Amino acid sequence: MDAVNIAELSGNIAVVGYGLAAIGPGIGVGLVVSKTIESIARQPELAGRLQVTMWLGIAFTEALALIGLATPFIFA
Amino acid sequence: MAAEDGQFSPPTIYEFYPEVFLFEGTPFAINRIMMIRLIVMVLLIVLFWLWARKFNQSVKAGQVVPGRFQLLGEMALNFVRKSIAHDQLGEKDGDRFLPLLTTIFFMVLGMNITGIIPFANIAGTSVIGIPLVLAAAAYVTFIYAGVKRHGMGFFKNALFPSGVPVYFYTLVTPIEFLSTFILRPVTLALRLLMNMVAGHLLLVLCFSATHFFFFQAEGIFQFFGAGTLLFGFAFTLFEILVSVLQAYVFTLLTTVYIQLALADEH
Repeated sequence: MDAVNIAELSGNIAVVGYGLAAIGPGIGVGLVVSKTIESIARQPELAGRLQVTMWLGIAFTEALALIGLATPFIFA
Repeated sequence: MAAEDGQFSPPTIYEFYPEVFLFEGTPFAINRIMMIRLIVMVLLIVLFWLWARKFNQSVKAGQVVPGRFQLLGEMALNFVRKSIAHDQLGEKDGDRFLPLLTTIFFMVLGMNITGIIPFANIAGTSVIGIPLVLAAAAYVTFIYAGVKRHGMGFFKNALFPSGVPVYFYTLVTPIEFLSTFILRPVTLALRLLMNMVAGHLLLVLCFSATHFFFFQAEGIFQFFGAGTLLFGFAFTLFEILVSVLQAYVFTLLTTVYIQLALADEH
C-alpha cells in the first residue's frame, strides 16, 4: 500500500449498516436493564417478577438488532 | 476453515451448509447438522423416558425422598411448570398448555447446547428448520387458544382494539395485523436462529484466528493468538448462557402470546 492510498478501505458497506442498526437496540436494552435494576433497588421483594418482565423487554428490543443481522442474508 | 496460503479467511455463511453424506439428492438428505438434530432428539426421548420411569417407580414404591437423578428431572420440569406456565397463565390454563411449553423449552435447550459441545460444535437450531417449526407451533397454538376462548371475537379484539376512535382504525388495524399475525412468528424464529448463527460465527472466528496467529503469523503477531484463544473461551461460556436464555425466552414469549390471546377484552 503506497502513501497515497493509506486511507483506502475495502469491504462491504452493509457492515456499517449493521453497526448503525445495532445502536438503537443497544440503547434500548441498556434502558430496560437499568430501569429494572432501579426498580429492584426500590422494591427488592418484586425482583422475580421484574426480571421476567425484563427478559421480555430485552427479547422484544433485541429482535430489531437480529432482524438487522438477518437482512443481508435475505437480500443478498 | 483456517487459511492455507498464509491468508486469513474469516468464516462465511457456508459454515451452515456442511456436506451431505447420506441419502444425497432425496428430501431426506442428512448432513452434519441434521445428524446432530437426530441424535439430540433420541437423547431427549431417552432422558424423558428414564425420568418418567423413575417418577412412576418412586410413586409405586411410596418413596418420598427423590434421588439425585429424579430430583434433577423434577426441578427441570417444575421450572417450566411453575415459573413459566403457572406464573403467566395461572394453574388451569397453564396445565392445559404445559405439554407444548415443556416440549418447546427442552427441544430448544437441547438443540442449542450442541453449539458448545465438543465434536458437535454447531447448534441444531442454527439452520432455519427447527426455529420455523417451533414458531409455527407457537403461532397455531396462540390463535387456537384465542379462537377457542373468544370465537371470532379474538380476531376482532386483536385487529380492532376497543377504546380507539373509529377513524383511527385505518391506522391501527394494519399495524396490529402486522405485529400480531406476521411479526410475532417471524421474530420468534429469527431471534432463536440469529442468536445461534451469530454465536457460532463468533466462536469459529475466535478459534480460527487463534489457529492463524499460532501457526501462520510471524513474530509479535503470535502473541495475539493468546488473546483470541481467551476470547474464544469467554464466548464459549457466554454461549452456554445464551442457549439457556434463548430456550427460556422462546418459551416465555409463547406463554405470553397465549396469555394475551386468552385475556378478556377490556
